[in-house]
Amino acid sequence: MTAPVLLGVATLVFALIHLVPGDPAQAMLGEGATQEEVSKLRTSLGLDRPLGVQYAGFLKGLVRGDLGRSFRYNTPVTQQIRDKLPNTALLAFAAMGVAIAFAVPLGIIAAVFKGRAPDYVAMTAALAGISMPNFWLGPLLAILFAVYLGWLPVSGSGTAAHLVLPAVTLGAALSAILARMTRASLLEELRELYVLAARSRGLSGKRAVLRHAFRNSLIPVVTIIGLQFGAVLTGTIITETIFAWPGLGRLLIQAINYRDYPLVQGCILFISVTYVAMNLLTDLTYGFLDPRIRYD
Amino acid sequence: MLRVGGFIVLLTIALALFGPAISPYDPSSQELGRRLESPSASHPFGLDELGRDILTRIASGARISLLVGLAVVSVSSVLGMFFGSVAGYFGGRVDDAISRIIDVLMAFPGILLAIALVAVLGPSLVNVVLALSVIGWVGYARLVRGQALRAREFEFVQAARALGANPGRIVLKHVLPTAFPAVVVQATLGMAGAIIAEASLSFLGLGVQPPAPSWGTMLDAGRSHLFDAPHLTIFPGMAIAVLVLGFNFLGDGLRDRVDPKTQR
Repeated sequence: MTAPVLLGVATLVFALIHLVPGDPAQAMLGEGATQEEVSKLRTSLGLDRPLGVQYAGFLKGLVRGDLGRSFRYNTPVTQQIRDKLPNTALLAFAAMGVAIAFAVPLGIIAAVFKGRAPDYVAMTAALAGISMPNFWLGPLLAILFAVYLGWLPVSGSGTAAHLVLPAVTLGAALSAILARMTRASLLEELRELYVLAARSRGLSGKRAVLRHAFRNSLIPVVTIIGLQFGAVLTGTIITETIFAWPGLGRLLIQAINYRDYPLVQGCILFISVTYVAMNLLTDLTYGFLDPRIRYD
Repeated sequence: MLRVGGFIVLLTIALALFGPAISPYDPSSQELGRRLESPSASHPFGLDELGRDILTRIASGARISLLVGLAVVSVSSVLGMFFGSVAGYFGGRVDDAISRIIDVLMAFPGILLAIALVAVLGPSLVNVVLALSVIGWVGYARLVRGQALRAREFEFVQAARALGANPGRIVLKHVLPTAFPAVVVQATLGMAGAIIAEASLSFLGLGVQPPAPSWGTMLDAGRSHLFDAPHLTIFPGMAIAVLVLGFNFLGDGLRDRVDPKTQR
């Protein structure tokens, strides 16, 4: 299933430049460009060739890892992506780390204390996390920790301190979703007979939860982590813009502003393919967590 | 939950309908001499970077948010119900073709596709609705397809078929009504998603363009004044968060009502 989906994604990305109203080359160069400049750019983008030839060339380029040349930077798109990818990966994984670090204990506490004060506090915090858009949470955190307290830098990159606010901003929504999922999943497992059996064999409540129920409750949680990776990746677009973090998301927005369509296509394709790959990886991870699930 | 959500949504609708009329200020009138002024009795949410009343602009922005949400949900749900019911009821190759399109669009991170479409079509309110509808219908289609697959096996549907009713009538009269409660829940939660997505696009400069008072655009303008005027960021963001929470509450509450499994 992954291959047809990837082909579909590639086709959609290819179609993007052809959706530009009017002449894409003219749109990239602006109103002041001469006819000669426009036709030169059309040739260099391959837009003067028949659509089928363009599509075949696009797919052939993808197979070779060639995403074209950036119009603004005059460098291969892949080089731009390669330069920014480490920053985005760092931010995405830091955000997921933050999310898991907050969510799992919160979810366990909520499940163990179901219907009591800690449960309500944890779940209210989770609901707030889901409802708070990251383009609001980010500036709020910046106002508190950078402007008022002066503990952290408001934007940029280079040190671990620069990573804190973007990672927390990006991880907050995922953390909220994970906490709710951990709670629901753990509550379900705690109702299972094997937990009762473990308790009746004399295992302490803590041990029964952590050694038995928690491990089995991880399957849907891991699914959500995997499936939410796409949301984290796309979330980097806004987070990087807020905090001027030099990653792929910011590169994409800059490319859009400069009408650098090859770079826009490259960034979108790369993020989408990573998203599909993460979903596939999530499916494969089930097998490790639950030996009953096997793929032929 | 249902009541709290309903209250928040109704309050926002009232704010959108009557707020700009009740307010003594015009959302676009500028008082440059008083720019970035902090909240006060005469301007409870303060003034923005051009000296405009933020509360009045939030009330006007509510119109844009609700309008975009309503437009996206309407277009997406109608398209989704059509394709979902056709795929589920007819099955076979039609189902295969529609399901593959759904798979591809589902594989695409939604907001990324919206960003891509607005990037090439150009930033405007209409293009935002178009882009969000292109990604929005898929969720409804998948939901309705599942319901239609079940519904076509129901005895009353088979009876209608045996009596010679045409497929269009069966889908419209018998299959779609079984999916309707789930669609209403999805649409309510979809309003929250559409409002956040519109604000995100406007925040990135790809949605509603200034001077129109979109909440996302207002937040974007506030970014340059985090140090000297944080109220530019705090209030528009609060409006988005509260309305989204309202629709989430309403959607969750409705889901609990229509889905007996979630009732405890």
